[in-house]
Amino acid sequence: MRALQAEGVKTIFGYPGGSIMPTYDALYDYTRGEKKCFDHILVRHEQGATHAAEGYARVSGQVGVALVTSGPGVTNTLTGIADAMLDSTPIVVIAGQVPITALGTDAFQEVDLVGLAQPISKWSYQIRHAEDVAWAVSRAFYIARTGRPGPVVLDFPKNAQVEEIDWEPKKVDFVRSYVPYPKLDNEAVRQAADLINNAKRPLALIGQGVELGNAQEELKAFLEKADIPAGRTMLGLSALPSNHPLNVGMLGMHGNYAVNLKEQECDVLIAIGMRFSDRVTGNLKTYAKQAKIIHLDIDRSEIDKNVKTTVAVVADCKESLPALTSLINKNHHEEWRASFKSLDEKERTKVIEPAIHPKEGPLLMGEVVHAVAEQAADDTILVTDVGQNQLFATRYFKYHHKRSICTSGGLGTMGYGMPAAIGATFGAPERTVCCFMGDGGFQMNIQELGTIMEQKAPVKMILMNNNYLGNVRQWQDMFWLRRKSFTKMMNPCYEAIAQGYGIPYQAVVDRQDLSAAIQKMLSTDGPFILECAIMEEDNVLPMTPPGMDVDKMQLEV
Amino acid sequence: MKENTKLYTLLVYSENVAGILNQITAVFTRRQVNIESLNVSASSIPGVHKYTITAWSDEDQINKITRQIEKKIDVIKANYFTDDQLFIREAGLYKLSTDKVLANPEISRTVRRYDATITEVNPTYTIVMKSGQTDDIIELFRALDAFDCVLQYTRSGRIAVTRGTQEQVSAFLEEREKK
Repeated sequence: MRALQAEGVKTIFGYPGGSIMPTYDALYDYTRGEKKCFDHILVRHEQGATHAAEGYARVSGQVGVALVTSGPGVTNTLTGIADAMLDSTPIVVIAGQVPITALGTDAFQEVDLVGLAQPISKWSYQIRHAEDVAWAVSRAFYIARTGRPGPVVLDFPKNAQVEEIDWEPKKVDFVRSYVPYPKLDNEAVRQAADLINNAKRPLALIGQGVELGNAQEELKAFLEKADIPAGRTMLGLSALPSNHPLNVGMLGMHGNYAVNLKEQECDVLIAIGMRFSDRVTGNLKTYAKQAKIIHLDIDRSEIDKNVKTTVAVVADCKESLPALTSLINKNHHEEWRASFKSLDEKERTKVIEPAIHPKEGPLLMGEVVHAVAEQAADDTILVTDVGQNQLFATRYFKYHHKRSICTSGGLGTMGYGMPAAIGATFGAPERTVCCFMGDGGFQMNIQELGTIMEQKAPVKMILMNNNYLGNVRQWQDMFWLRRKSFTKMMNPCYEAIAQGYGIPYQAVVDRQDLSAAIQKMLSTDGPFILECAIMEEDNVLPMTPPGMDVDKMQLEV
Repeated sequence: MKENTKLYTLLVYSENVAGILNQITAVFTRRQVNIESLNVSASSIPGVHKYTITAWSDEDQINKITRQIEKKIDVIKANYFTDDQLFIREAGLYKLSTDKVLANPEISRTVRRYDATITEVNPTYTIVMKSGQTDDIIELFRALDAFDCVLQYTRSGRIAVTRGTQEQVSAFLEEREKK
């Protein structure tokens, strides 16, 4: 407890069980009375604890903490750990374990956690004795939050939990084999600046690294000085405000049309804190082949992994961006920027307008997201689940404030939304949290409604129900000869479920009721479920079919 | 084997903590690259372990593998080399039938010709040892095997030291410790 206190932990998401009972017993005193220093949020499933820790970390920038028991308790966290690994989210998972004398004996609720977690965590470690606690906990937090952040797993055998020792605080802020902030290579910065200064058609790609490095202002200064249009990855959406004049939209398979095409026209591509995921690049053999590539990233192993770079600058972008800004010339690229306009217009007429302002027919996801974005406060946090709800939400939401998006980008974890939104309400209690989910993902961690009920966590849940696993259904329609194999879903009565949990609920079927219902949701204190009856077979567009060239993006099916 | 593949040698230095070998080999497994040989031992630096790993790969792939390995928290340094950058040795052990060795003097001559040493002789078997490059060790095995005298044969993994004049790992650790 004192080790966690020393790391500044305030909120713990957890679920007790046999092997973690000594820790929970100690926690009892630290969550009430004069010793109180933590809030413990009892989730309803350990997967929920990890996603809540992720949501907490994503919006607050602090390390999220999950506390669970051994065996099934911790195997339930593996999805969340893998999710945090792919999306560079700092969480520490502390799990009970059988006593070290029982290790390797197939004891009750024993699993080889360190082994299981190794490929999906930044560091995993077994605390075998009480005297290691202070060191291991401090090292875990140091590793989780520094450099490229990620999940750390501590396996905590029961004997180490009960051994009594004299408390000796230890602070780890150095690990000799681990270089979290590589030294900036000034020669590389100079070369990058040269390329940018000679560029006629520069394009910047912004990733979550900018948010993780807290370099949003440094980014603006850089882009504005050289007048460089910038697209953002899904996780990087709030690194640059939606209304910034140099923002040209979202990258990727369902991103914006112009920026996807312009990736194939630019002469210098500047990737900042992003990893060229296949969902961004499409076919790597044709991706941005005409361009010189500059890649700024804190993680050396990302350089040349997917896209070969001309110049790599391996450093924290908080440091590399100002260095680069100081060497680039003030510049203007009006003509180049203006060339995005006609493509934007095409997307607006063909895709956006019909999606957000439909005249007739059932409700569409795009219009629901758009309507919520119109009414919600500027600093609202967007949380999404995975699937069509995520693609529509990320496309049509508006981002004004840094650290405003929680979504499962790398792992694409259905069921992420609801628990992550719970975590976000604790990570940023002063901000509104809107969580868009489909009927599939809503039911994947539906038990967390219990957590929301108990904590009165003010999650505004927008359930966009189309009675389908919509994204898979869209792929079946587009690429699998319309054979809808197990994507149609029979749904429960969500009103009865909301009632069971005592959560205010409103359904919207007709377009004219949407605005008032959103108003009601946003003005209600505490949680709210807004169920929208969505057109069953709508498609997310535009779309670059998987593995295709990014400029083959389709505006219609 | 693909055309542009080569045998690369990775030299990896890590802290002496449990589970690192697993983490290193998992990087190969994930990319479906077979490890040809692997040797782990203490290094000249106290508390630091050295891994010598060989694998067939193209340079792009081995570069990515090396960086993924170096990214592991307790790995200190990982670099890849081609044979011309290294001084390389392997060892072969050959357990021969003493009866056959005595019956055919050509066997002892072969052992000497290959610069191998006889390290133990008893009435049942004779142990021969040879150090050298992979091909020499295999060649000796084939030569002995032709006499039908080999009871057991084994070849070690590769061990290697760099031909460079700078000791980069020691320098790196010194620099880190200054902080």
